[in-house]
Amino acid sequence: MNRLRAMIVKEIWAALRDPKARVILIAPALMQLFIFSYATTLDVTNVDIGVLDRSGGIHARELVARIDGSPTFRTIKRLESPQALRTAIDDQEVMAAIVIDPDFDRRIDTHQPATLGVVLDGRKSNAAQIVSGYIGRIAGEMGADLSARSMPAGTVVTHWYNPSLDFIWFTLPSLIALITMIGAVAVTSQSVARERELGTFDQLMVSPLRIHEIVIGKMVPPFLVSLFNGTMFLILAQIMFGVPFSGSLILFYLGLTVYTLTLIGVGLFVSSLCSTQQQAFLGSFVISTPLIMLSGYASPIENMPGWMQIITYADPVRYFLVIVQGVFLKGMSAGAVFGQLWPLVIIAVITLGGSAWLFRARME
Amino acid sequence: MSEAAPGRRFDMRRFRALVMKEFIQVARDPSTFLIAFLLPPFLLFLLGYSVSLDASRVRVALVVEDSSAQAMSLATTFARSAYFDVTPARSVAAVRDVLVSGKERGIIVIPQGFGEGMKRGNPPPIQVITDGSQPNTANFLGAYADGVRSGWMAEEMGGASEPPISVSNRFWFNPALRSRYFLVPGSIAIVMTMIGTLLTALVIAREWERGTMEAIMATPISMVEFVGSKVLPYFLLGLSSMAICTILALIFFHVPFRGSVLALLAISAAFLMPALGMGLFISAATKNQFVASQIALLSAFLPTFLLSGFLYEIASMPWPIQAITYIVPARYLIPSLQTVFLAGDLWGLILPNIAIMLGFGVGFFYLAFRVTKRTLDQ
Repeated sequence: MNRLRAMIVKEIWAALRDPKARVILIAPALMQLFIFSYATTLDVTNVDIGVLDRSGGIHARELVARIDGSPTFRTIKRLESPQALRTAIDDQEVMAAIVIDPDFDRRIDTHQPATLGVVLDGRKSNAAQIVSGYIGRIAGEMGADLSARSMPAGTVVTHWYNPSLDFIWFTLPSLIALITMIGAVAVTSQSVARERELGTFDQLMVSPLRIHEIVIGKMVPPFLVSLFNGTMFLILAQIMFGVPFSGSLILFYLGLTVYTLTLIGVGLFVSSLCSTQQQAFLGSFVISTPLIMLSGYASPIENMPGWMQIITYADPVRYFLVIVQGVFLKGMSAGAVFGQLWPLVIIAVITLGGSAWLFRARME
Repeated sequence: MSEAAPGRRFDMRRFRALVMKEFIQVARDPSTFLIAFLLPPFLLFLLGYSVSLDASRVRVALVVEDSSAQAMSLATTFARSAYFDVTPARSVAAVRDVLVSGKERGIIVIPQGFGEGMKRGNPPPIQVITDGSQPNTANFLGAYADGVRSGWMAEEMGGASEPPISVSNRFWFNPALRSRYFLVPGSIAIVMTMIGTLLTALVIAREWERGTMEAIMATPISMVEFVGSKVLPYFLLGLSSMAICTILALIFFHVPFRGSVLALLAISAAFLMPALGMGLFISAATKNQFVASQIALLSAFLPTFLLSGFLYEIASMPWPIQAITYIVPARYLIPSLQTVFLAGDLWGLILPNIAIMLGFGVGFFYLAFRVTKRTLDQ
């Protein structure tokens, strides 16, 4: 027990000794939180749009006014000719351009169906699709107002857990999972690699410390960093970003603890394969990127090809993402949390056990 | 140190020897090989397959509270729809838990009295409950459920009458709206940032850390020779990994290539200038591998990913973040690459972007020179 305590004290000192490295433990996490949370929105707003109005009638003008009035669109650029339209799209001055045919007003006045042409920049296919949806809705509303016959009431959509579909309610809880992952894997793998590079790791190995004591000692700093970051984000999410926390704090910390253990396992696994800091950095980068991409954050798992969906079951971020979104927004129950927790426990046992085994194998 | 001192001029033979030395050093380092030749295909395939924003079938539970023929017919239409993966359920309360665990993304309810209402021509609205914790999917679900319902309704009410104003969309450059087409230029940008900034910063920081940098500086080589020999190998590595990505993208993802090779080379070369300059600057300013790697990650890699307009629309970001994007070199690279691949050589868009990237390149190299020089003078 004394040996273990000495090892832990040494590890904490090693992590906090260098002032530059001390800043690097916390500052990037905070910067990531702010940049990620404001930049990573799939909402599309402030769209610049072009209008080629060849009708010039009152209905055409009303349509343009309706688009102008919508909060999605920022500026409307008047285009005089098809050539101007082509240049505006080519040079990305506008993301989309509306073409109103000369007979648009006449057809509406005579109750014939009119068509509105929309040209969109397919280079940004995702944003273009969303914009096409907005324009379609505006045209539909105007059409419904024009036609005397009213369609029967349609669909009532209720969004549970996030009634106004605020994107940041999705982003912030998810970021807790992503940023603690990046930090924990990097800190763990770097601390072992630095000792390897300096040669002090061999000294540790010949000391009376047992393998499990070394591993536990190495686990302490990333564990503390992860808990600290997690707590800081938990507080910031509520007071700075106004994301409600509806679930249980105990379940949150239980999930965070198990999750961090799996991440430390991943970090130790990486570092047991690396002998320099540079390799450890590259290793943690190579492992972090797929962990993020396959977690369901950047793009839903349902959209991936089948074989890739199977790989995602090995990704710890996938499970913690469900837990953290659940405890924040859905008031997730203990049973549902445990449903995501046991795969994490299995991954933790495999990665921690595997890396302890690799350390021993390298020593012999 | 006067410029006229003998041995401080640019000497071609000495420069060639230095470049040789750097190439051998680069070739010997296994991590260079890993970053330059294995990572690009790895990232390309990871991004190409994992990121698909083209929503496919959404998993929903369907609760039918009405037993009329019309309700059944609408339920069948939902089940057959290409947008939904429908599981029947008895009541909303029964599927609450699967919504919490994320097994289903929403619930569609066809209410009691739906058939009766249809006969009267005034059916009650159907109800859609979504999992708002996934805003994108929730939006999609609401819109498509309404689309399926109104399509069914139009058919049921005797022949689809055309809406007063219909919209015909034409998506230029990417008519089938494949999101892979914009992911590939994005992954090229990421790979070039990794080689230009991350790898360069890391490798040169190691030289500072080990003191081999001072050893080189003590020889009669000039600053220009020195920086040139450091930058050239990574410049060529950056271009070759760009080529690997492009070829793989054309073969495996069938991304069109409508511009010219010349334009692609010009754009990539222009982008490598600020990327390499930044790498040099970071390494000279930090002289520590761990700190250099973290700063490179934060100031080059993440902005290329998030603030370049590759995945997220810049116009939709709040203005302070938009202001930051103007100093991210990748912001000028992404539209140029997308244009060369999907639209062609539109020099009106490409040339200004190249000019801005070169301008950033000059700026970063100037900073790198200054920091390196100051260290030497101390």
